[in-house]
Amino acid sequence: MAVAPARGVPAGAPRRRGSALPYVLVAPAVLLFLGFVVAPAGYALVLSVQSRKVSGGLLGTGTTMVFSGLANYQAVLGDVELWRSALRMLLVAAIAIPGTVGLALLFALMLDVPRTRLARFSRLAIFVPYAVPGVIATLMWGFLYLPATSPIGGDSIDFFSPVGVFGSVANIAVWGAAGFNMIVIFTALRALPPEIYEAARLDGCSELQMALRIKVPLVRPAVVMCSLFSALAALQLFNEPNTLRPLSNAISSTWVPLMKIYNDAFVDADLPRAAATSVVFTVIALGVSFVAARLIQRRVAG
Amino acid sequence: MTAVLARPEAGAPAVARRGGTAWVPTVALLVGAAYCIIPTLWILIASTKTKTELFSTATYLPSLGLAENVVELSQYQSGIFWRWMLNSFLYAAVGGVVASAISAATGYALAKYAFRGRELLFNTILAGVLLPQIVLAIPQYLLLSSVGLTDSYLGVLLPQLFNPYGIYLCRIYAAAAVPDTLLEAGRLDGASEFQLFRTVGLRLMGPGLVTVFLLQFIAIWNNFLLPFVMLTSEEKFPLTVGLYGLLRHGAAEASLYSLVIAGTLLSIIPVVALFLSLQRHWRIDLVTGAIR
Repeated sequence: MAVAPARGVPAGAPRRRGSALPYVLVAPAVLLFLGFVVAPAGYALVLSVQSRKVSGGLLGTGTTMVFSGLANYQAVLGDVELWRSALRMLLVAAIAIPGTVGLALLFALMLDVPRTRLARFSRLAIFVPYAVPGVIATLMWGFLYLPATSPIGGDSIDFFSPVGVFGSVANIAVWGAAGFNMIVIFTALRALPPEIYEAARLDGCSELQMALRIKVPLVRPAVVMCSLFSALAALQLFNEPNTLRPLSNAISSTWVPLMKIYNDAFVDADLPRAAATSVVFTVIALGVSFVAARLIQRRVAG
Repeated sequence: MTAVLARPEAGAPAVARRGGTAWVPTVALLVGAAYCIIPTLWILIASTKTKTELFSTATYLPSLGLAENVVELSQYQSGIFWRWMLNSFLYAAVGGVVASAISAATGYALAKYAFRGRELLFNTILAGVLLPQIVLAIPQYLLLSSVGLTDSYLGVLLPQLFNPYGIYLCRIYAAAAVPDTLLEAGRLDGASEFQLFRTVGLRLMGPGLVTVFLLQFIAIWNNFLLPFVMLTSEEKFPLTVGLYGLLRHGAAEASLYSLVIAGTLLSIIPVVALFLSLQRHWRIDLVTGAIR
């Protein structure tokens, strides 16, 4: 049922009953989208092509904004520290994404094995960290890593060494996310029709063979979706390194891109530069997730 | 043969008891459970220690200082910790309810009406799912500061009301759960479109909406960067920002660490309890079913 647009019809007097309802229903979401996604993005774009100009004088100094073209972008793209922060983010992601998805798949497959005991307890215990905010999780792990309080050998293992710190940050991310992804994959496993296992069981197929040859290929769409969500989470890495910072000086104030943007905006108070960095980062993030989503669609379809 | 055929779905409790225990998956899962529980367990033990014991006694040895720590935390800056707890619930509950209502309305309209701009809107929302919301936090701060909305409850709530993933899930769920024939029958009976949305649409979408609400509740509860950049007054902080601030002070004054630990413990309890009590209403199959 096609609804004619209400053009020319006075507001409040729709000629056809109900024709305005879909517009009314989507209006709040559209307004919020315009106000809190489009407008901030547009404002950041405008800011990013301006520069602060300090006007000094006997009557005091003030700053005015002047148009400066792409100068901020040149400065941002030429900033080695931004690329270093992106590299550090990628290193954490290289551990956290396979760690999260791998553990989630492993636990989901084991939950699905018939004679597993205490499965309900384990499932719940592994899922619960999802309800713990990243900052709180980092506080807990931070004290577990800290040599003075560590119950897991922090006085002999250096969890904040230049190399170890990547594993320490990634571990917190894995701890928080593996359980939710496990449930997503487990739910997909449970949705498979049980008949598909019968032939395999009659052929004497072991549980391991069934898991690898039948279950894993069939839940691939769920696994792929978990990977995409983990990649998106990795791009947003901020809470864990930022919260570990007071506990260790292995983490700089510009450790990952979002921390760098925060630092530009609030520590250096250079808003145009923070805006330009945000724009660059958003474009890259959107590019990455679109390419990932396209790849995933193709693989799932093919 | 009959035994095999009579077998109910794999994993049903009756089957699980047949034969011995599958040891490898049982043990592996228990190791996983221990990995997830140990940090919480350690926080529980550490929060029973007094300031001096925290850095001096064996780490897994509990003590008797829990009440003392909780009292001291409750007195810290005249009880600001409980204010943070209340704020977190306020942000997450109000934000979760309103965001779910908006998602439900939008998802229903997208699934049940053909209207001009529908495809454009839906594709824009799909792109919104892929855009990490948090990269917008600083541009949102810049914009809201130009209209004077920073450091207010609204500054934290408003940006979290638009939830593209929630809209996406609601559209999928409305398409599957609300039959067109029922809507047509209602129209023949003379019900208005809005009545149909309220009495048929929303009612049938109920189970899916619980999931959308819980996902958004947790997302807001766990959010840090947005309130961190938006707020400067401590009495408006959610727990995440408040405890982070306490930790920063603790770096200079180690005696605050035992307060941070007690606060961490207290902050976990209510949301985990809420979560466990609602876990039967979760429809996580919605999360996976949606993508297929």
